[in-house]
Amino acid sequence: MRIPDTASADSPARPADPVIVVRGLTNRFGPQVIHENLDLVQQPGEILGVIGASGSGKSVLLRTIIGLRRPDQGQVAVLGSDVHRASGRSRSLLERSWGVLFQNGALFSSLTVAQNIQMPLREHQDLPRDLLDEIAALKLGLVGLSPEAGAKYPAQLSGGMRKRAGLARALAMDPQILFLDEPTAGLDPIAATAFDRLIRELQQTLQITVFLVTHDLDTLGAVCDRIAVLAEKRIWAVGPLDAIRQADHPWIQAYFNGPRGRG
Amino acid sequence: MAVKASPASVPEVPGCELIRGQGIPVLRLGGTWTVATAREADRSLKSTAWPGRGALTLDISGVQGLDTTGAWLIHRTNSGLRAQGLKTVYTGLTPQRRRLLEQVGRSTEPCDIVPARRSYILVMLDGIGRGICQAGRLAWQIVGFLGRVLTCLARGLLNPRRLRTTSIVHHMEQVGLNAVPIVLLIQFLIGVVLAYMGAQQLLQFGAQVYVVDLLTIGILRELGILLTAVIIAGRSGSAFTAQIGSMMLNEEVDAMRSMGVDPVELLVVPRVMALLLTMPLLVFLANLAGLAGGGLMTWLVLDITPPTFIARLRDAFTVGNFTVGMIKAPFFALVIGLIGCHQGFRVAGSSESLGRLTTEAVVQALFSVIVLDALFAIFFSNIGL
Repeated sequence: MRIPDTASADSPARPADPVIVVRGLTNRFGPQVIHENLDLVQQPGEILGVIGASGSGKSVLLRTIIGLRRPDQGQVAVLGSDVHRASGRSRSLLERSWGVLFQNGALFSSLTVAQNIQMPLREHQDLPRDLLDEIAALKLGLVGLSPEAGAKYPAQLSGGMRKRAGLARALAMDPQILFLDEPTAGLDPIAATAFDRLIRELQQTLQITVFLVTHDLDTLGAVCDRIAVLAEKRIWAVGPLDAIRQADHPWIQAYFNGPRGRG
Repeated sequence: MAVKASPASVPEVPGCELIRGQGIPVLRLGGTWTVATAREADRSLKSTAWPGRGALTLDISGVQGLDTTGAWLIHRTNSGLRAQGLKTVYTGLTPQRRRLLEQVGRSTEPCDIVPARRSYILVMLDGIGRGICQAGRLAWQIVGFLGRVLTCLARGLLNPRRLRTTSIVHHMEQVGLNAVPIVLLIQFLIGVVLAYMGAQQLLQFGAQVYVVDLLTIGILRELGILLTAVIIAGRSGSAFTAQIGSMMLNEEVDAMRSMGVDPVELLVVPRVMALLLTMPLLVFLANLAGLAGGGLMTWLVLDITPPTFIARLRDAFTVGNFTVGMIKAPFFALVIGLIGCHQGFRVAGSSESLGRLTTEAVVQALFSVIVLDALFAIFFSNIGL
């Protein structure tokens, strides 16, 4: 939740308007319809968890929102700009305002971790070399990686470290929105808990809005302010965890109350 | 949906002012302290004349926007001043900003950006040494790989049910049939060039009719097979490395092994067999195309009509010349297939290694083909073929 601040907002132009607005989204792969007339709204400063059955199109939704995939119908607006129809300049501004953590980290394999973190800074800002190095060290520390990880190449990292490095890179430009694609998948329970805690802390100190695609029931409980359920080709329900748990949908009931549910 | 204001409004210029009045000096910070203004902020901090000792108050209340980068700059300044022995204190902090500064303060151990670099000479010498050892090891590995592939091949031929016919035919189409247009085109042009250059030289001696011999011997014995091998090495050698390499990256080869399927039998043998079967055919076509190109050129430049051309061709086109070229074909095919597949299995870790090994495979295949060709030349001249 947003902590009210007596001084003015801590980042440029943080609107009180919703941060992500999806209206009438339809996605098709040939004859197969993945999303149909999907609507979703995300408020600033909240952590929204998106859940859905495997194959329901959670990752496709994420990719559509960040503009990697053009929808067949519908509109996506992030921070007030239409993602798919924005001009080059607005699009570029948008890309600097969000950070994306892909499912496998998606680190550039020929750069070290520190160079990966510096890459968005190099592309979009003109900062002196020593400041760049300091910022890289700062981001490494923020995500809980040791300084030795900075000089390593992605192929030398474990899966958990790769995800943290990917998160550090997503945070490089101090974005307003963070998109996370299954961040705790493949992490052991300790690492997953630490990751949850990290996201919560980042949200509270930096007031970042987080759009989180996940299967992890513990993340939902520990971190998410609201949960959106992707079922029947649209967002079937959105609300706090307790409200969703009560929802009258067979898939939701099976998800939360099945043998793996946290009753 | 109307496009509203862009997500980030214009940030205010960050500034810091050192106010010395009565009592403790105050550093008043103002403007936006974020990553977008970090350059100016850094510069303004560096150009401030800090007091050498005593105490200092850092007044953050005027800061319009603060993110981790801005917080870091402030924290860095604070630590630097404290290290010089000044007593510093923050004022004007909201609870949230205090937390941000604390969090940034916890995360600031410097890190290396790249692995430690050593002197260039040492690295170069080390690289040469490593390269030579690597080359020796590779030659040894290739011999082993050759043995494995031949065993697998033999097993397949003796027990035809183990042969993956669909795979073999698929690769014959990719490696052989699809290569026909480019092989024909290149050989045709080489025939043209060879005939033209030969004609120029031989005209001086009035021996232009021997151009036909030059063409026939040159193309049948050397150029036909060698150029085809070069084209196939570039086209198919790299394709094999890339295909098998991306399977390695995707853990598909591990999956095969875990199921008890031999990757050599499934991946390498069909490719090598496809090359072995199609290379001689391609060489034959290449020879024809080369001779056709040469014939066309001699007709245009030397007025050697096709009947004359063919008559002379019959004399030069001996079984010996033809056999020399064709015998080389399966050997070159084997070399290209082996090197391409072997390098594919060496891919590991990242896409960078895939790119590097694909290039290496082509270079090695070309090199080996040329060396082999030279050896064949010596061999054939010694047995008098």
